[in-house]
Amino acid sequence: MMAFLKRLIGGESETRDVFVVIAAALLLWEIGVWIFHPSPLILPAPSVIVVEFFKAPGLYLRHLAFTLLMTLIGFGLSVVLGVALSVGIIYSRFLERTAYTLLVVLNSIPKVALAPLFVIWMGTGPEPKVAIALMLAIFPIVIDSVLGLRSVDPDMLNLARVSKASPWAVLTKIRFPCALPSLFAGMKVGISLALVGAIVGEFVAGNYGIGFQILVAQGQFDTVRVFVSLLLLGIVGAVLFFLVNYAERLLLPWHVSQRARSDRSGS
Amino acid sequence: MRSSNEIAVAAANAAGAYVSLSQVGKTYASARGPIPALVDINLDIKPHEFVSVVGPSGCGKSTLLKLVAGLEGVSAGSVQIAGRPLNGPPDGLGVVFQRDVLLDWRTILDNVLLSIEFTRKPSAAERARAMGLLKRFGLAGFEDRFPFELSGGMRQRASICRALLADPELLLMDEPFGALDAMTRDDLNVELAQIWQDTRKTLLFITHSIVEAVFLSDRVVMMSKTPGKIVDTITVDLPRPRRLAVRDSAEFATFVQRIRHHFAELGILKE
Repeated sequence: MMAFLKRLIGGESETRDVFVVIAAALLLWEIGVWIFHPSPLILPAPSVIVVEFFKAPGLYLRHLAFTLLMTLIGFGLSVVLGVALSVGIIYSRFLERTAYTLLVVLNSIPKVALAPLFVIWMGTGPEPKVAIALMLAIFPIVIDSVLGLRSVDPDMLNLARVSKASPWAVLTKIRFPCALPSLFAGMKVGISLALVGAIVGEFVAGNYGIGFQILVAQGQFDTVRVFVSLLLLGIVGAVLFFLVNYAERLLLPWHVSQRARSDRSGS
Repeated sequence: MRSSNEIAVAAANAAGAYVSLSQVGKTYASARGPIPALVDINLDIKPHEFVSVVGPSGCGKSTLLKLVAGLEGVSAGSVQIAGRPLNGPPDGLGVVFQRDVLLDWRTILDNVLLSIEFTRKPSAAERARAMGLLKRFGLAGFEDRFPFELSGGMRQRASICRALLADPELLLMDEPFGALDAMTRDDLNVELAQIWQDTRKTLLFITHSIVEAVFLSDRVVMMSKTPGKIVDTITVDLPRPRRLAVRDSAEFATFVQRIRHHFAELGILKE
């Protein structure tokens, strides 16, 4: 038994760490509920939450799929627009002084507070959800990829000039690949914020999505169903983050952060 | 204190020189007013000549290289390459920087091909040439490796291959071995001497090592700092091909001493 636990906790696999920590937390939660018997209105046991999910899995998954779709569209748009904007900011002094300055200023205000505005502008359909997800996710993406596009070795650019490289070649062969690690850092923050944006959009207005489900359950004081939604959101959020992380590992095997990891697991 | 008849020599050589700097000055603007980095530089490099520039840190020798590369403009005077005034980087130029500036995400072969790939797709012949260069520099078998898998010396070898790939007329090297350990540096000195012997590129080599400069060069240009100017030029007529053992010879020692002594007189080196 001890040997098994040691093997389970001992090794160095990130994935396993994640599962062990989550399982331990859920177990503590379950035991806590057994011992202290809090009102189910306050804190239901994980087992109860899971049972509740399986009473109507189709319902939850349909709403989750909607939220996920809003998140992914918002995130996808924020990556495309964010990268385009970053390139513009790098090459245009004007854009740097206007758009970038504006972006940095706007970044410091609580953007979630703008959500009701989007409902006024775009109605209660999917559009404001996508727009809010996009708005939240684009900030870290632009700020990080501008940083990445800028942090190129000056001698690398000198080499390009000596080789008569066109601005397009400099962008595609040097600047963009150089910026990828920063872009991924921004995307990792952005994907979580996109999910937040989609939920906030559903909170503010609309009649679909996991955010809407939470609101409905809250109106009925159905804490268990609130927790089902929260748990599903937690799982989806984690999966999205790890997908971005995985894409980074696939695309940037050469990067220092990835190398350190492979060295460690190799030894 | 410029070598007595430098200007006269410059005028006489102007026609035959591949690189010709006349009365070149470079001044940088700063918050506290203009800072002169280079003053009254007169230097001619003949075709197929190996010229080294030695001087203390901050004497503007790297700036000098950037001016010849067309990466920066002069504040005064003019730079001519192959008889034409410089306006941006000239054709037929290869540059090796102090850092190897290899792209981490490209294999060694793809890094060597990069100087061509910036403008067009490399031909099969150019790929073969790249493979040949890598082999020549002892990198056969490493074509498909990534830069992080190679040692510093191997990386710098790859960056020399990259500079040589397009078979440039003029090769500029900015302290290329400055970041390497002493033994690797010796190795690369010998390899560079050999490749220069075979290809006879016109070569401007920036270094802070007097020994390296004497070992490699036909002529050694000495610079002093604040502001950077040429204080003397010494012709090194040691026989070629040069092997590492030449550094033990009395003649070699004499050249090194002359240069060191000169720097000492200027208060740049202590004796």
